[in-house]
This record gives sequence, C-alpha cells and structure tokens, in this order.
Amino acid sequence: MNSRIKQLRNESLTAINTLSTERADLVTEFYKSDIANQVSIPVKRAMTFKHILENKKICINKNELIVGERGPAPKATPTYPEVSLHSLQDLDILNDRPKVWFKVDEKTKEIYEKEIIPFWKGNSQRDKIFTLLPDKWISAYEAGVFTEFQEQRAPGHTVAGKKVFRNGMLDLKVEIQAAIKKLNSSNDTKASDKIEELKAMEIAADSIIYFAHRHAISLINLAEIEKDKKRKTELLEMARICRKVPANAPETFHEMLQHYWFIHLGVITEVNPWDSFNPGRLDQHLYPFYKQEIENGSLTKESAIELLEAFWVKFNNHPSPPKMGVTALESNTYTDFALINLGGVKEDGSDAVNELTYIILDVIEEMRILQPSSMVQLSKKNPDKFIERAIKITKTGFGQPSIFNTDAIVKELLNQGKSIIDARNGGASGCVETGAFGTESYILTGYFNLNKILEITLNNGTDPKTGNQIGIETGDPRKFKNIEELFTAYKIQLNYFADIKLKGNNIIEKLFAEELPVPFLSLIIEDCISNGVDYNAGGARYNTSYVQGVGLGSVTDNITSIKYNVFDQKNITMDELLKALEANFEGYDQLRHDLIYETPKYGNDDDYADLLAVEVFNTFYDAVNNKPTYRGGKFRINMLPTTSHVYFGSVMKATPDGRKAFEPLSEGISPFQGADKKGPTAVLKSAAKINHIKTGGTLLNQKFSPSFFKDDQSITKLGHLVRSYFRMDGHHIQFNVVSAKTLREAQKHPEKYSDLIVRVAGYSDYFNDLGEDLQNEIIRRTEHEDI
Amino acid sequence: MEGTIFDIKHFAVHDGPGIRQTIFFKGCPLNCWWCHNPESQNVNPEKYTKVNKLDGKEFKKEVAVGYKISVDELLKTISGDKIFFEESGGGVTFSGGEPLMQARFLIEILKQCKQNKIYTCIDTTGFASKNTIEKIADFVDCFLFDIKLIDEKLHQKYTGIPVKGILENLQWLDQNNKNVVLRFPIIPGITNTSKNISEVKSLLKSLKNINQIDLLPYHNISNGKYLRFNKENKMKNAEPLSDDEMQNLKLEFESIGFKVGIGG
Repeated sequence: MNSRIKQLRNESLTAINTLSTERADLVTEFYKSDIANQVSIPVKRAMTFKHILENKKICINKNELIVGERGPAPKATPTYPEVSLHSLQDLDILNDRPKVWFKVDEKTKEIYEKEIIPFWKGNSQRDKIFTLLPDKWISAYEAGVFTEFQEQRAPGHTVAGKKVFRNGMLDLKVEIQAAIKKLNSSNDTKASDKIEELKAMEIAADSIIYFAHRHAISLINLAEIEKDKKRKTELLEMARICRKVPANAPETFHEMLQHYWFIHLGVITEVNPWDSFNPGRLDQHLYPFYKQEIENGSLTKESAIELLEAFWVKFNNHPSPPKMGVTALESNTYTDFALINLGGVKEDGSDAVNELTYIILDVIEEMRILQPSSMVQLSKKNPDKFIERAIKITKTGFGQPSIFNTDAIVKELLNQGKSIIDARNGGASGCVETGAFGTESYILTGYFNLNKILEITLNNGTDPKTGNQIGIETGDPRKFKNIEELFTAYKIQLNYFADIKLKGNNIIEKLFAEELPVPFLSLIIEDCISNGVDYNAGGARYNTSYVQGVGLGSVTDNITSIKYNVFDQKNITMDELLKALEANFEGYDQLRHDLIYETPKYGNDDDYADLLAVEVFNTFYDAVNNKPTYRGGKFRINMLPTTSHVYFGSVMKATPDGRKAFEPLSEGISPFQGADKKGPTAVLKSAAKINHIKTGGTLLNQKFSPSFFKDDQSITKLGHLVRSYFRMDGHHIQFNVVSAKTLREAQKHPEKYSDLIVRVAGYSDYFNDLGEDLQNEIIRRTEHEDI
Repeated sequence: MEGTIFDIKHFAVHDGPGIRQTIFFKGCPLNCWWCHNPESQNVNPEKYTKVNKLDGKEFKKEVAVGYKISVDELLKTISGDKIFFEESGGGVTFSGGEPLMQARFLIEILKQCKQNKIYTCIDTTGFASKNTIEKIADFVDCFLFDIKLIDEKLHQKYTGIPVKGILENLQWLDQNNKNVVLRFPIIPGITNTSKNISEVKSLLKSLKNINQIDLLPYHNISNGKYLRFNKENKMKNAEPLSDDEMQNLKLEFESIGFKVGIGG
C-alpha cells in the first residue's frame, strides 16, 4: 500500500459517521415547489433526483483519484424521508447508542423538527405501508413471524451488468428516444405512462452527466491553485475523465472506475435501495481495459492497484443509511452489502479467472476494510490456484472473501427460467442472493421465522409470548399421536403465514410501483428502457421477489427432539415438554441436558434429523415458490439470516432443542451453534441434503480455528473440502477463522481489537460493533479444534 | 464379522494424503509411555464417567469407550465420505490402537475398500507376525509405519515389546516395494537422544525404496485422558520440543535424502 492509499484508507477509517440533512432538505424543497405537483410521478421523481445532484455540495477529498460522495463529506449519511421518516426519538437513539451510531447535532434535529417531520409525517412510504396492510399482517409482523425489508428502504437488490460498463448515458438516451418512437397509443393502452417513464429516465441521465461536470469544474478550480505539479496534472486528468464519463462509454481503466462510481452514487442517491449497489463481476468488466492498457504501456500494474485501492476507499466512505424500529435489531451494521464478485465462468462457460482476478485478491488482502465486501465464484472450470489464493486471504481472519459455487448459481438461474447467457453473467450479491446481473430485479422481502411458526403450532395458534391468537387453531398438540400429525399442523400454520406475507408483499410492491419509481436505476437494468417500464414496476427482464427462511437448523432440531423424545423413545410426554418450555427449563435441568446432549441434531450427517430438515425446507418452498408477484414476476425462497436469527430468537420462549427463551436461533442453513459434533464433512453432507438449486441462495457458516490453515497442504485440503460441497450443489460457504480465545479477549478489551473483523452471516463486520449477544453467539459457534 | 473400534474421525487431515476418515481400532500390544490415546490400549470396551457441563452444573453418565461394528456397517460409514476422498485424493486410514491386532477384521474391511475403490492407509506400530504383514500388504495402499527406538533394551522399556520383529517387517515392506511413510514420534528425552537419532538415520540409509518420514512432535495434551481412565501418565512433566528444535531435526533427516514432514 503506497502512502497515498494509506492516507485515504486511514481517513476513511477515522471519519465520523454523521447524519446529514442535505438530501432531506433538497427533496423537501423540491416536493414543496409548484412544478413538483404539475408533473407525472416518474418525472417528479426524476426532477427530485436532478434537484439533489444540481444542488448538493461537491466533495473532493485530498489526494483522491476517484471522486464523488453521496453526502457533503465521507460518512456524512443522508436520509430518505420520502421512503421512511426518522422521528426525533429515532435521531436521539442513533446519536446515543453505543454501537453503529450516527452523530446528530442540534441543528440537524432542529431542521428535522421544523422542516422535515411536518412535511413528511403520514406521507412517507413507511407510513403508507403500515396504513395499508391488514391487521393479520400487522399482528404476525409484531409477533416476529416475519420482517419486511421495504418498510424503510426501497427495493434494490440488483447489480450492474456488462451493458452499463460499455455504454455511456448518451448511448442510453439514444435508446430512450428509440423506445419512445416505437410506442403507439393505438395498440398500447399504457403508452402515455411509458412515455412519462422514459422522459423521467432521460432527465435522470442528464442529471448524472451534469453532476459529473460539476465535479470536473471543481477539479479544474483545485488544479488552478494546486502547487504540486504532479497533483496538478492528476487533477486535470480527473477533470477530463469527469467530462467524459458517465456521459460516454469509458475507454480506460481509470475512466471505468470513475464511470461506475458515478452510477453507484446515482443509485444510492435516488433512493436508499437495499444492498446499496454493486459493480458485480469486477474482474470481468475491468480486464479488457487492463489488458489493453498494460500492453500499450499506458497503465502499470502498480497504478492499476492504486486505482483499485482508491476505489475501495470510496465504498468504505458510504455506510448504510441509518435504520429505525425493528430493522435496527434485525440488521444493524454500517456495511451496505456491496459484494464484489471474482472468477466464475465467462458467457461461453469457460474459466473466467484472469490476471486481474489475482490482482484484485491482493487488493482485498491489503485493504482489509469493511466495504466493499468480496467473494469468489468457484466453478469446476476454475484452477485450484484460485481457490487456494482466496482461502489464504480468509485465513487472515477477516472473513473475506466468501466462496460461492458458480455451477450451482448458473443452475439456480436456469431453473428459474433465465437464459444461459444471463445465468453465466450472474452471481451472488448482498449476503448470498443469486441474481442475473444487469437484467434482474431480485428483491428480498423479509425474513421468515420458521421456528416461531412451530412455537405457534405447539400452542394451537397462540403466540405464547403475548397470549394473542395470531395463527389458526390446528389442535392441542398433547393430542397428537405421532410426528406426522404435528408436522401436518405445522404445515397448515406455515402456509397460513406465508400467504399473509405474500399478500402483504404485493400491496407493498404496488405502492412502490405506483408512487416511488426509480428512473435512474431503470436506466441501468435491462430491459426497463425498451419496456418503458420502471424497475420498481416490473420493467426488468426478470423480476423475482424472495422470502428468506431463517433457522433451518433450529427448527429441524426442535421437530427432531419432539419426534425422538416424545414419540419414538417416549422419554417424556408432550405435556411435560410443553410445561418445561413454559418454565424456561427452571427445575428441568436433567431434561434440558438430555435435549441438548442426548438427542439427534441436524449437522451430523444423521438422516434421523436431516430428513426433517428436507421436509421443512420443501414445505417452505411449496408455500412460496412460483406464486405470482404484483410486478409480474415470481416469488422464490432463499435461506439466509443476516442477523435476524438473533431478533427471531428474542421473540421466542424456550424450545424443544434445549435452547432457553430469547436466545438466538441457528443462522442460514448452518447447524445450531455447537450442535455439530462430527466435523465439517458431516456438516456439509447434512447441508447438502436440501436441494440448493431450488433456492436463490443458501448460507453456510463454518468456523475454523487458525490451525486448519497452517500450511499450504492444509489450504489445499480446505479447497478440496469446498469443492466436495460444491459437487453436492452447495451454494455458498464461508470460513470464520479466529480462535474463541481471541474473541473473548476482544470482548474484554475492545479497545485493543478495533480492527477485528469477523464473519457474521453473509457478511463481515467489526467485532466491536456487534451487540453482546451476537458476540457471544459467534464465540459459541462450533470450533473444529484440530488436535 | 465384527471388530472393535473406539472412534471415527471425519475430516482427518494429518493421517495420509487428502481428506481422510480415520477409524480408531481398540487394542494395542504396546504400552508406550507417551501414548496419547490411552483408552485405545485395552482391546475390550471400557467404562468411564462422562461429565457434561451445562450452566455451571455437572451431569455425569457412565459411558463405554469402544464398540463392536460389523464390516458392512463400517464400510457404509466410510463410503459416506467418498465424495471428499474423490475430490482430495484422500481415503480411509485405519489407526488405533493397533489395527493389525484385529487382522482378520482388518483384512475384510480392506478388501471391501479395495473393491469400492477407496484408498486405504494403515497407521501401524509394525508389531505383527510376518505372515499377517504379508497377507495384508496387497490390500493396503499406504503404510504409515512407526519407528520409535532402535535400541532393543530401550524399546522394551518404553513400549513394553521388542523391536526386532518390527524392523524385520519394515525391511520386508521395503524389499517388496510397498508404499511406506515412516512416522517418528519425537519424545523429549526418549526418542530424540543423539544416540537414537543416529541409529534411526542408519536404519533409514539402509532402506532401498522408502524415502519419506514424518516427524511427530510430542504434545502435552493427554493428561485429562489419563485421569479420566484412571491410568498413570508417566510423561506428565515432559516439555514438548520447540519449533526450532523440530526444524533442526527436519534438516538433519533431509540431509540424508529423505522427504521430511512435521506433524504428518
């Protein structure tokens, strides 16, 4: 790392997270203007975007090479009152809380109190959503049966494809004109709506060009007063680039990074989409530029690395927008889930790993920062050297890169009906979500608490935490004669809640389609332009809405425990078990011991438990998969928790697996913490029994002590372990490499471990920023100690 | 046919090439002072009190170490990990205890593995009749063969049995061109004396085909086991060698043309 990058990295690490009202002010100002109320909704949204980009402060940081900040300064984070409105109390919480805080000064609070809150109260998407949703939805949501992604952030969950790297905004404007010309109101009743949408896209394209030109002007002004000759030349070159991109297609390495960065800023300024945005297959997009420039001598490897590292810093300057309410509990982190994909296969199905892939891996290792996150796509076509290089970085213990199965991703996408080319251009984003990059809108809609539904089933439709009847009466479990009767009741409850969730999703999708279009993002994702339809309204080539199953390991252990202890071994009666759960195992020490130590568990390659996991998985899949969405797409499932397994545990009393009330559940498709006792091969075999190809992603977390990585031979063997899992169609695996001792030390002395990054679930985070319960859980996760 | 084993370890990465499953046979004719699996010595299942802790409370239970398993059942368990063996060039390792002590059972399971194209290793003290070694050799892909002490008296003292037959078996395997990796436990004050090291080196030089040796560093990890099984740990106070000392030994063996690994 050279001294410039050291400086930029350090400034990014030490920048203070603040809440900025810049964007909220500009949006409110525009919404109050006369013009805002005279134009169509898409045009109004595009003009809002334009108003922000024309008026926001231009920030150019000392010595940087890639320019552009979402807020007035690094880590000055905007709010999005048209999507979700923070209350004054929310602002106090954000300011005061010990973790993942945002400093809120008195002036900000005053602006919120006098300007922002009075205008937006009752008018944000969030407020409208909660008014529109039925009581059944609200009671299930409040009980923690499911969460809702779109209640405070807009749908996003998409990734740039190759088109946007090969076209400038001016090219897209030509496409818009062609699309307008083709429209004919005599055979398309929606023609006038489409024209409004396309006009909005055009305004959005002009706005981002203008925004780049504002940077060019600032850079020239800076160059004029710059005394250092070398920097002066750099500033002028950067100004030239900002005049060229994103208006025109980039033609150099540097131009491409800056081009993408303006697009990135556009997407995360327009609204606050989930999973920020993501350049996707970065090594593939950049490689042609790299190769050409290295060959003609206009770029050196060193300068390419410097540019990439400067690019990395830009991501780290942009924490995820401050959250509120229950979302603050379920997913609380500064990271905004931009996941760089490396490797995989080319469009023709051949090995895509290239020289730049390894260079970017070096950059990841050297930078060691929270954002962007990174992953490798491993196909059977890729060389062992690639996976071994990636594992060597994982070994350093900061949780990146995670490892994905390209061949499974392609199969998953084909299974959903995508073309082979779109499938091979795809990858995973966010935590582990499969997507066709550049052509698909694949929004996550909410975590689904598979265990809470079992708890409700065991209480005949009542939530034991509140005593409210929120499910349906499926019978007194004490009268069930066998496990099948219990499972039938569970299935009925699960379908009931899935139905509530999907209906709610469609209400929310409609609201976003009609009231909060995103003309800028629609420029980026194919085929919104040619369809003349907004990204939020189903304009993309593919539209998928996912529900995330959470706690497969726990729910399997819970049902297995009932099957084993109540029905098969007859160790206890259902009545006794329910009493013990109600008592949170007070006075039932021996029983709790037996439930934990003497009962079969998921994760040990034991069909007794694992086949129940398959049954739960299939039940969830059948309840959701292939149902139609408002946007004209399909509902699908994936199996990932982010940190919701902690929240979902906190709404539940004690469970038949011996877990005490309010403790976390298992995450992803990993076994419950400590339940796997036969080592990683058994975990992988258990996890591979569900059909990953039917999902849009699964998450498997495997914690290893550093001793597993001690020499090249061990790393080769870990590579083989991953390949074996992938041969069984496993979707994703991540290694958490750190000793429990280190983590305990970090808990005691956080000040000494402020750089300690651990794998949480689908992403990495600073250990210090995690809540104490999550810290404890990570410590407890099985360590496969190598003796 | 049944054999007695006391543990199965999946994802064993130090007992031969690739990802392996290690089957620990119960029963060993040796009684090495440094044995880190004292529960493996007796061929019969043994009882002990297992203590589980939960919320600071102890839960005690009588459990048996060692159980009988049929060839079919064992083969099923081994085959379960085949996908890992195939990807990594791994396979099954029969360890112990001393697997050759249950030679008939061992031959049966080895034959089955061979039929199912599973790569086999045996981790052995080499203490068996010549007849047994000859019978088994065709079904074993790789022998992990222990060399401890060359001096007859010392071998008798620290392991309880003579070394002569072991060395003869090794020579037979070498002369018949069998795949053998030697394993040399470095036991402080016992096997790392300059006299023993020089004798081991002479032995190595006399071998025609075998050219690989793994040095196994002694770890002080078994005290708990000795207590649990109520056995005397004669090595309680031994200090393991430092990494530097191990590296020096590695160089010493490399200097006579051997491929040397540390830790196997």
